[in-house]
Amino acid sequence: MKYIDEYRDKGLVRLFAEEIKKISTKHVKLMEVCGGHTMSIQKFGIPDLLPSTVELISGPGCPVCVTSRGYIDQAIAYCRLADVIIATYGDLIRVPGSTSSLEKERALGADIRIVYSVLDALIIARENRSKKVVFLGIGFETTAPGSAAAIIKASMAGLRNFYVYSAHKVMPPAMEALIDEGVQINGYLGPGHVSTITGEKIYYDIPKKYGLGVVISGFEPVDVMQSILMLVQQIESNQPKVEIQYTRVVKPEGNIKAQQMLEEVFEPRDDWWRGLGVLKDSGLKIRENYQTHDAEKMIEVVVEETIEPKGCICGPILKGIKKPKDCKLFGTVCTPSDPVGSCMVSNEGSCAAFYMYNR
Amino acid sequence: MCLSIPARVDEIEGNSAICTVGNSSYKASLELLTPDEVQVGDYVLIHTGFAIQKLDEVDAMETLKTFNDFKTLNEQMDQEEKDNNTHLI
Ligand code: SF4
Repeated sequence: MKYIDEYRDKGLVRLFAEEIKKISTKHVKLMEVCGGHTMSIQKFGIPDLLPSTVELISGPGCPVCVTSRGYIDQAIAYCRLADVIIATYGDLIRVPGSTSSLEKERALGADIRIVYSVLDALIIARENRSKKVVFLGIGFETTAPGSAAAIIKASMAGLRNFYVYSAHKVMPPAMEALIDEGVQINGYLGPGHVSTITGEKIYYDIPKKYGLGVVISGFEPVDVMQSILMLVQQIESNQPKVEIQYTRVVKPEGNIKAQQMLEEVFEPRDDWWRGLGVLKDSGLKIRENYQTHDAEKMIEVVVEETIEPKGCICGPILKGIKKPKDCKLFGTVCTPSDPVGSCMVSNEGSCAAFYMYNR
Repeated sequence: MCLSIPARVDEIEGNSAICTVGNSSYKASLELLTPDEVQVGDYVLIHTGFAIQKLDEVDAMETLKTFNDFKTLNEQMDQEEKDNNTHLI
């Protein structure tokens, strides 16, 4: 397939590996922030191609993984209301809440529909006027513009029964928080599809304030290997900067129209991340102008108290200081078909990706 | 859910496009792109039902050109491996 096959060329991957080996002298830890990278790195066996000086660690970039148990519990509370239909991306329904999951609630009769796009949720709202349709808005800057577009559409069409429960988040505060916390990282593989929307400017502070490079990377093995090479070159020559490897998609200025829509509908708020706690201005809240479509404002529910799962180390894993193998529950008590923690649910989660490709 | 795929635009109807990925066909909203940015035959990146960017053919070719330089090297390596009956990697 065009734009895919040519970036899976084994020979090229091998050549990049050779080049990295040639120039790498310092021991470095490079963090891939994006869950999509975690998945392709495991899938294509990239760690085995790297010299012992280059270590890859996964970061907090899987939206399902960083979402709080409290969010799932509140979604479960919504789905128990007789007049509510929940529309959600498939990944979320298996995430354990404190005492249930959306999947279990669905088996008990709750109306929960899996959608591929928020636009499908709009259709459900149009076809079920007597019900409240709550779309579970998770994801970073790549996914949030879709939610914004849907809210604008619903507002213009007077579709009053369409609501978004937003857990949308933005990436840079988490990337900075990790460094502030003292997690040892020497450079970031920047999230390619977040950057497609935001452009490169959101990372400028990272080289400036922290002296670390960011290379915005694509997702095929050739992309990832080339990005690692670019980062190693930056580190070896001591010139940290923001660079784009994924130029066929990411423009320095990003997608301006999507940025405008985000700005129109959402405003920043402090938000909680698994592993990192509450980070300032890291979440996206629906603005007052659109509050008639904000589930949090418009639909009242009582939410059960949050209980965190015992033994799960998703938090430290998302910070890159532990690996899935360090978890006692990994692969035994906790598996993709019966996940204990959120990192084992989505195939972008570290535990699930590691389980699928490394056992 | 975060995966995005490059798809070829086959048809444009108002604000949406019918696109092909491999052998499957998808409908994608063009609402996140500026009007007239995309033409039939272009490739776009689709994420959760929205085209979020047009793929840049020129940039893609540029990158691959650099890769092609590597390709010559690749062939040399293959030859070397054959001649010495070794594995370089
Ligand atoms: S293996 Fe399961 S329980 Fe352990 S950290 Fe991963 S998700 Fe949590």
